[in-house]
Amino acid sequence: MLAGNCLFRVVCVVTVASIEASSATIAAGGICCYEPDTEQEHLVTTPDRTALWMSGNEAIALGAHEAGVGVASGYPGTPSTEIMENLVRYPGVYCEWAPNEKVGLEVAIGASFAGARALATMKHVGVNVAADPLFTASYTGVGGGLVVVTADDPEMHSSQNEQDNRNYAFAAKLPMLEPSDPSEAREMVVQAFALSEELDTPVMLRVTTRVSHVKGVVQPAGPAPTRPAPEISRNPAKLVMLPALARKRRAVVEERMGRCRALAETTPLNRIEAGDSRRGFITGGVAYLYVKEAFPEAAVLKLGMSWPLPEKMIREFAASVEELFVVEELDPFLETHIKAMGIPCRGKELIPSQGELNTAIVRQAIDPASAPELFAPVELPGRPPNMCAGCPHRGIFFNLSRMKVFVSGDIGCYTLGFLPPLSAMDACVCMGASIPIAHGMVKALGEGGHSQVVSVIGDSTFIHSGITGLINSVYNNSAATLIILDNRITAMTGQQHNPASGGAIGGDTANRLDLEALCRAVGVRHVYKVNPHDVVETRKVLKEAVALDEPSVVISEAPCVLLPEMKERRPVSYYTRQENCVGCMSCIRLGCPAISWTAFKEGEAEARGYRRTQKGVSKIDEIVCNDCGQCASLCKFNAITRGEAKE
Amino acid sequence: MNEAGNILFSGVGGQGILLASEITAYALLAAGYDAKKSEVHGMAQRGGSVTAQLRYGPRVYSPLIDPGQADIQMAFEMMEAVRYLPYLHPGSKVIVNTQKILPPAVATGQAEYPEEVLGELTRRGIVVIPLDAFALAREVGEAKTANVVMVGVLSSLLPIAAEVYRQVIAARVPERFREVNLRAFAAGRNVSA
Repeated sequence: MLAGNCLFRVVCVVTVASIEASSATIAAGGICCYEPDTEQEHLVTTPDRTALWMSGNEAIALGAHEAGVGVASGYPGTPSTEIMENLVRYPGVYCEWAPNEKVGLEVAIGASFAGARALATMKHVGVNVAADPLFTASYTGVGGGLVVVTADDPEMHSSQNEQDNRNYAFAAKLPMLEPSDPSEAREMVVQAFALSEELDTPVMLRVTTRVSHVKGVVQPAGPAPTRPAPEISRNPAKLVMLPALARKRRAVVEERMGRCRALAETTPLNRIEAGDSRRGFITGGVAYLYVKEAFPEAAVLKLGMSWPLPEKMIREFAASVEELFVVEELDPFLETHIKAMGIPCRGKELIPSQGELNTAIVRQAIDPASAPELFAPVELPGRPPNMCAGCPHRGIFFNLSRMKVFVSGDIGCYTLGFLPPLSAMDACVCMGASIPIAHGMVKALGEGGHSQVVSVIGDSTFIHSGITGLINSVYNNSAATLIILDNRITAMTGQQHNPASGGAIGGDTANRLDLEALCRAVGVRHVYKVNPHDVVETRKVLKEAVALDEPSVVISEAPCVLLPEMKERRPVSYYTRQENCVGCMSCIRLGCPAISWTAFKEGEAEARGYRRTQKGVSKIDEIVCNDCGQCASLCKFNAITRGEAKE
Repeated sequence: MNEAGNILFSGVGGQGILLASEITAYALLAAGYDAKKSEVHGMAQRGGSVTAQLRYGPRVYSPLIDPGQADIQMAFEMMEAVRYLPYLHPGSKVIVNTQKILPPAVATGQAEYPEEVLGELTRRGIVVIPLDAFALAREVGEAKTANVVMVGVLSSLLPIAAEVYRQVIAARVPERFREVNLRAFAAGRNVSA
């Protein structure tokens, strides 16, 4: 079989020494084996150059390495996660997973104050969490360069909203750079660090899913420059933001943004690409690529710096074209500010402000007659994401689906508990919100409300921003049960360590937060632990906890089945004794991908020796089964049995 | 080198789709093309439909294939061959692994797996290239190389010498799996496309 993207295996690289373009004769050059080497792994040798094939996130990590970043902190979140996962593999940079984005940014600010170049990474909604330090770091400025990466998710592929974080650059008065593809992502990280130090300001780098998770050809620039050693230099007038000092820094922010506006006029990040002047396009980020494909002949002003804007350059460009269009994904950010300059242009009256763009959308928005005829989609059974076979969350949500309680949910794999057949989640707003939302409902409902509402949160999300909510519930005395789904990992984003997992970002052993002791320390007297795979026993505990009129926490303890140690344990399969199956569908209602239902045709039940009225039988796919046993704990007819251990 | 094309990969999480698209991308690059590939991570990895979009040509800007513009589709599961119909055009070629993976609604008896689903493609003038990639992969010795069998079929539709692919596979697969993957590629290459 082919190995997956195992990062630390020995990888061989082929070097294509020569190739004749059409006949493609190839002489294999050196094949080398090596220890972890991030660049080698991506190496491609094409007829005219040696380059790297990388995702945008991999390219950001490479750029940060090339810029000599010393400290990086982040919280996992699609589509940002792989930046930190790749950066940690480079030598000379300290990397960590922070419990949340606010902490991560504050760590980076501290490293910057000590003179190191520092990076903070997060998804778009993470910037909401980190906004508090962000807005004031704008006042303090930096020591070493400080770059904050926001990875936005237009179309909400894996997010709860599609906010446009260019608005943060405007609101926090910070420069923002915006690459269009992986190649530019690498370049712009390096430029962002330089800009940060030149202007004494944090710099935001905004990417979107179609930059982060797009692969393209990247040209590396070479090893990192040597940087001065970090050291403490006291400057309280600059770093202590009490009102009298902050007022002085407020003026510095204005002066700095003035210098940045001047710089925006000359930086090569912003460029005019001459072309047919009947139509001119102002664009940036991934939208630039769609404009180039839809209108390859047109004049384009590409803004690599999304904020502040080069007013003079925009004015000159606008004057040089007959009709001016602004093409941008999501909000009319550029358009609003360009119109505020008094420059007539067309943007969101034509271009959608919701979801992702593509070349066809841009072309048809401007030339409606260009719409091609397309095949209509055929109706097919959907294939929604599902919890994995053997997922411990399933046992909890199966029970909740039978308990007639309002389930206040949170962000993670377990949000899939919303989907049928479990259908056991009634609200989900943002990281950590499950607990305060349940508390607020209980307070609104009054007497007896606590037994009608439970909150459910994963281990990583609880640590991210659930703990303060629990403190509030105890302090302000509401008794809604909290269920912490402790699967020992941050699973949704692809298995990242967290403070409760016992491991650090690079895999080293780390202190493991004791969730039970923490809950007791904040004042929860009733803390239960359950094995969610024992569905029946878990139900008893949940019922007892929900009935209590004091705060209670149920910790569901079972590791994610995708953990490497769980995959390597060679799980034993359960199998179906179909002769015992009465077709009650108890196991089917778990919604496990390993269990399927075969409906009987008319007369088939009797012909196969079942009751005449039996509607069908269930069957376990032993290859898919992950040995959790939840179905067996539900079957009352001895129709599900654990197999023999595999070799 | 003036040729350009769009390849859509579709299937179900866990079928080795991303790796198949990686091998193809490396081969295109080694043959001198520019390329961009787009994937969506996150929710898609939990048993849902998975796609990757690969575009190549002398210079590629957009990482996304426009509706109606996929020249080739690699479908790793039969029904997933039809789900992205609006991306195809008459004359598009669809390489289909005829394996069926039942979606939840079918597995739980609430919907039926559509019969003759590939007819939806052929009756619209789309060229279907069906194969049992698993059977071929088992024949070469490892069922899990079905994704590389599929790459072998695709290779005969692209302007790249087989040797380029063999170099890429040899470079990107751990040594102990190298031979079986090269055999899987050859088996796919022999399927007349």
